[in-house]
Amino acid sequence: MSWLPIAMLAVPLVGAAVLLLPGFAGRTPRRYGLAVSGVTLALAVVLAATFDYGHAARMQFETDLSWIPGLALRFHLGVDGVSLPLVVLTALLTFLCFVHLAGRPSRRPRALVFTLLVLETGVIGTFLALDLLLFFVFFEVVLVPMYFVIAVWGGPGRRAAAVKFILYTLLGSAVMLLGLLVVWAQAGTLDMVALAQGHGIARSAQIVAFLAIGVGLAVKAPMWPLHTWLPDAHTEAPTVGSVLLAGVLLKMGTYGFARIAIPILPEGAAALAPWLGAFAVIGIVYGSLACLAQRDLKRMIAYSSVGHMGFVLLGFATLTPVGVNAALFGNVAHGLITGLLFFIAGAVKDRYGTADMARLGGGMLSRLPYIGSLLTFACVASLGLPGLAGFWGEMLALFGAFRPAAELSRPLFLVFMVIGGVGTVLTAAYFLRMLSRVTHGSPAVPEGPPVTSAEEVREVLGGEGPVEPVATGTVVAAVAAPGAPGFGGLGEPPERRDVTAYELAAWVPLVVLILIFGLWPKALLATTTPAVQAILRGVGA
Amino acid sequence: MIQSIDYVAIGAPLALALTAGLVLLLDAFLPRRTPGPLGLVTLAGVVVAGGFVAAQALGGGERRTFCTGGGGCSFVVDGFTLVLSGLVLGAGVVVVLLSMTELAERRIPPGEWYFLLLCALTGAVLLPAARDLATLVVALELVSLPVFALTALKRYDGRASEAALKLFLVSVISTAVMLFGVSLLYGLTGTLYLEPLSTALSGAPAPGAVSVAVVLVLAGFAFKVAAVPFHFWAGDVYQGAPVPVAALLSVVSKAAGFAGLILVLTVGLPGQAALWAPLIAVVAALTMTAGNVLALRQRAALRLLAWSSVAQSGYILAPLAVIAGSARDASVVYLVIYAAMNLGAFAVVMAVSRTAARGELDGYRGLAFRRPGAAVALAFFLLCLAGLPPGLAGLFAKVVVFRQIVEGGLGWLAVVMAVNTVIGLYYYIAWTARLFTPAPAGPGRVSAPVSAVLAVGIAVLVTLAFSVAPQLVLSVAG
Repeated sequence: MSWLPIAMLAVPLVGAAVLLLPGFAGRTPRRYGLAVSGVTLALAVVLAATFDYGHAARMQFETDLSWIPGLALRFHLGVDGVSLPLVVLTALLTFLCFVHLAGRPSRRPRALVFTLLVLETGVIGTFLALDLLLFFVFFEVVLVPMYFVIAVWGGPGRRAAAVKFILYTLLGSAVMLLGLLVVWAQAGTLDMVALAQGHGIARSAQIVAFLAIGVGLAVKAPMWPLHTWLPDAHTEAPTVGSVLLAGVLLKMGTYGFARIAIPILPEGAAALAPWLGAFAVIGIVYGSLACLAQRDLKRMIAYSSVGHMGFVLLGFATLTPVGVNAALFGNVAHGLITGLLFFIAGAVKDRYGTADMARLGGGMLSRLPYIGSLLTFACVASLGLPGLAGFWGEMLALFGAFRPAAELSRPLFLVFMVIGGVGTVLTAAYFLRMLSRVTHGSPAVPEGPPVTSAEEVREVLGGEGPVEPVATGTVVAAVAAPGAPGFGGLGEPPERRDVTAYELAAWVPLVVLILIFGLWPKALLATTTPAVQAILRGVGA
Repeated sequence: MIQSIDYVAIGAPLALALTAGLVLLLDAFLPRRTPGPLGLVTLAGVVVAGGFVAAQALGGGERRTFCTGGGGCSFVVDGFTLVLSGLVLGAGVVVVLLSMTELAERRIPPGEWYFLLLCALTGAVLLPAARDLATLVVALELVSLPVFALTALKRYDGRASEAALKLFLVSVISTAVMLFGVSLLYGLTGTLYLEPLSTALSGAPAPGAVSVAVVLVLAGFAFKVAAVPFHFWAGDVYQGAPVPVAALLSVVSKAAGFAGLILVLTVGLPGQAALWAPLIAVVAALTMTAGNVLALRQRAALRLLAWSSVAQSGYILAPLAVIAGSARDASVVYLVIYAAMNLGAFAVVMAVSRTAARGELDGYRGLAFRRPGAAVALAFFLLCLAGLPPGLAGLFAKVVVFRQIVEGGLGWLAVVMAVNTVIGLYYYIAWTARLFTPAPAGPGRVSAPVSAVLAVGIAVLVTLAFSVAPQLVLSVAG
C-alpha cells in the first residue's frame, strides 16, 4: 500500500471539504485554492520523480483495499507509464487554473474553488483507478462539478450548454457502465490488472462490451458524430472551465481506450478498430472544416479539439505500439496546447469583450504584442509544426496508420492515413487564416454589424484610444450576462492591457513544456512505450 | 385447539398496534388536544417496535408462528422480513417527525392522525412477514385504509379531499382485482399458504385460469406501487395530501406493496416465472419511462417527486424480471436505498414548504443563499436519486440493479433503464441548479422547526452511510 495516490486524492477532496466550514463564509479563498492545488502538484511531482521508469509497464504505488465486497468493488489505485503523464498533467493544469484565478477574481470565488478541487479529485481518481467500477465512480464524479462550472460561471448560453454537456456525457457513461457490467458478468472480476492479463471472454461478448464501452468513452473524447456537446460547452464555459475540459476531461475518454477498452477487450478492439479509425478520420476532416466556418475564437478552438482528438483515436485504432504511443503523446500534447489556447482566448475575450474574430479586428501583434505572439505560438504548436509538441502525436498517428496491426486491413488504413494527412493541411489552413485575421493586419476597427449597446460603443472607442492599464480585474461574464447580479465592473471600460504577471505565470510552464516535448519527445515516449507494449499484449495474440 | 403464539416474533407489529390504542386513549383523556405528547408517544412506539426488529436481527435465525398442522405458517420472520420491517420503521420515525411539524399548525386533530399513522405502520410491518394470501391482503389493506383517512384529514383543503377520494377509488378497485386473483388461486389449489401454493401449482400444467389469476394479482399490486398502467393517481394524490402522508405513500406504502409483490412472485408463484417475468420486464420499462417523462414537465415540487417515485418504482421492479439469481435482493437493496434518499427529499420539502411559494419549483430558486443547510441536503438527495456522485448511494443502487439485469441477459431492459437514467437526470439537475441560482429577492433566513431539521438530519446521516458503505445494505439484503 502506498500513500502517494491516496494523498493525491485526499488533498483536493479534504481541501474542498474544509472550504465548507463556516469560517470561510464571505472570504475570498484565492490563496487557499492555490495552496491546495500546489500541494497536489507537488505530490504529483514527487510521484513522477520516484516513479521507477525502468519498469514503466508495471503498476506502481499500488493500493488495494476492499471497499464494497457486495459489489466486488475494491479501492485499487496505481500508476504506470500510461497514467503517470496524465496525472501530472491534471495536477499541473489545475494549479495553473488557480494561478489564473488568482490574477482574475471571479464571482462566488469560494464556490468556484470548491468545485474545481472536487473536479480535480475526480479526474485524478479516474487516472489512478484500477478497478472498473471505481473508474466509473470517478468518471461520474467529474460531471456535477463541471456542470456547475459551466452553468454558474459560463457565458450567456450557459444553461443550455451545461444541460447538454451533462445529459450527453451521462448517456455515454450509462452505456459504458453496461459495457463494464458485461465484462464483469463474463470475466467475474473487476480488477483491471487481472483483466488485462487475459480472461477468456468470448469474442462476441468482447465486441458487445467494446461497443458499449467505446461509445461511452467516445462521447467523452469526443469522437465524431458524438461531439455535438463539446463546442457549446467549451464556448460557454469560463476560461478555467474550458482549460480543464479540453486539457484533462477529454483525456478521460481516450485514457479509457488505453486502460480498459483495448487491453481488456483485444478481440473486440480488433473487430471494431476499422470503425473507430473511420470515425476518427471523419472527425479530423469534419473538425477542420467546421473550424474554417467559425467566427468565434473559443468555438474554433473547441472544434479544433474534435480534430485533434480524431488523431488520438486514429492512433488507438491502428492497434500498433507506434499508433498507441502517438495517441498517448497526442493526449498530453493536446492538453498542454489547447489549455494554453483557451487561456489566451480567455485573455483576449477579457480584453475585447468578445471572442468574435470579425469584431476582434486585426493587428493584435501591434496592439497587444505579448498576447498576440503567445497566441501565434500556441496556434503554430496546435497545427503541428515540427519542433513543437503538437507535431509528434499527429505524425506518429499517421505513421501508425501506414502500418497498422496485422489483423487490420492495410489498404483501409492507408486511406485513413491519406485523409488524416489532408486533415493536417486543413488544420494548418484554419489556424493560419485565423492568425492572419486576428494577429496581423492593421488594428483598425473593421466594418462590422452596427454597434448597438453602450458596451460595444465603449469597446470600439477603447480600440482607438490609448491603452490604459487598469488595475482592477473585470469579469467578462459580467459584460456578457447582463442582469445577473453579483458582478462588479459593468461601468468600467474593457481593459486593453497586455499580459499580466499572473497570466504569464500560468502560461509560461505550458510554453516551456510544449517546447520540451516538441524538441525531446523521447522524454514522454520513453515512459509510455513499455506500458504500450503491455497494453497491446492481447492484440494479435 | 389452542395455538401457541411466538410473541417475540410478532413483537414489532404488536407494539405498534398497542401504541395506536394508547394514543387514542390518551387523546381522549389528555386535557388539551396538544400534539406534542402524542407525537412523542408515537415516536416511542415506533422506536420500541424497532427495538424488537433489531433484537430479532441480532438473535439471528428464523421465527415462525401461526402455523397449521401440515399447511404452513402465516407469519415468518426471516432476513427479508427484518430488512423490510427495519425500512418501514426507520421511515416511520422520519414520517412521525415530519408529522410533528405538520401538526404544529394545529389544524389537524392529532389523536386521529397518530392513530391512523400507527395503524398504517402496523400493516406495513406485518406485511413482509405474511406468508399466506389472506394475511397478505389484510395487511395490505391495513396499510392502505388509514392512508385515505390521513389524506382527508386536511378537511379545510379541497385538494386533499379530492386526493383522498382518488386514492380511495383506485385502492378499492385494486383490492377487488387482487382479491379476485387470490380467490382464483385458492380455488385452483385449495390452499392460501404461499409455499404449499407453489408446490400445488408446480405439478400440474398451468391452466388458463392460473394465468388469469397471476395477472390479476399482479395488477392489484401494480396499483399499490403505482406502476404503469395504474399510475395516474400519483401526481394528484401526492400534491393534495399533506407532505408527511405523501412521504408515507412514496416510501412505506410502496415498500409494503413491493414486499407483497416479491413474496407472492418468489415464494408463491416461482413456477409461473415464465409467465410473469416478461410481464414485469415490460411493466418496469413502461413505468420508469412514463414516470420520468411525466416528471420532466412538472412545476410543483411534490408532483415532480410523485412522478420521480413512479420512475424509481420502475427501477425497483426491473430486477424482478430476471428469473434466476438473486434478483429479489437487488430489488430490496434498491428499495432500501431509495427509501432513505426519497424520504430525505420529502423531509427537506417539508422543512422548506412554509417559505417556498406554494411548493412551486421556482420557489426553490436561491435556497442555497437563504438556507444553505437545507439546500445542500436537498441537492445531495436529488443527486442520489439521479444516481450521480456525490450521491453515491443512488449510484451503487443503480449499479446493483444494472448488474442483475445484465447478468440476467435482459439487454434491452438495461438500455431502456440507461436512457431513463439520463431523462431522470434532466429534472433532478434542473431542480438542483435552481437551488444555487441567485434569487432576485427572497424572504430572509427562516429557521425550520426542530422536528423537521431532525428528520432531515436522520435522512442525511443514513444516506451518507449508505453512500460511503453500501455494504451495510448489501450484506443485510444479500
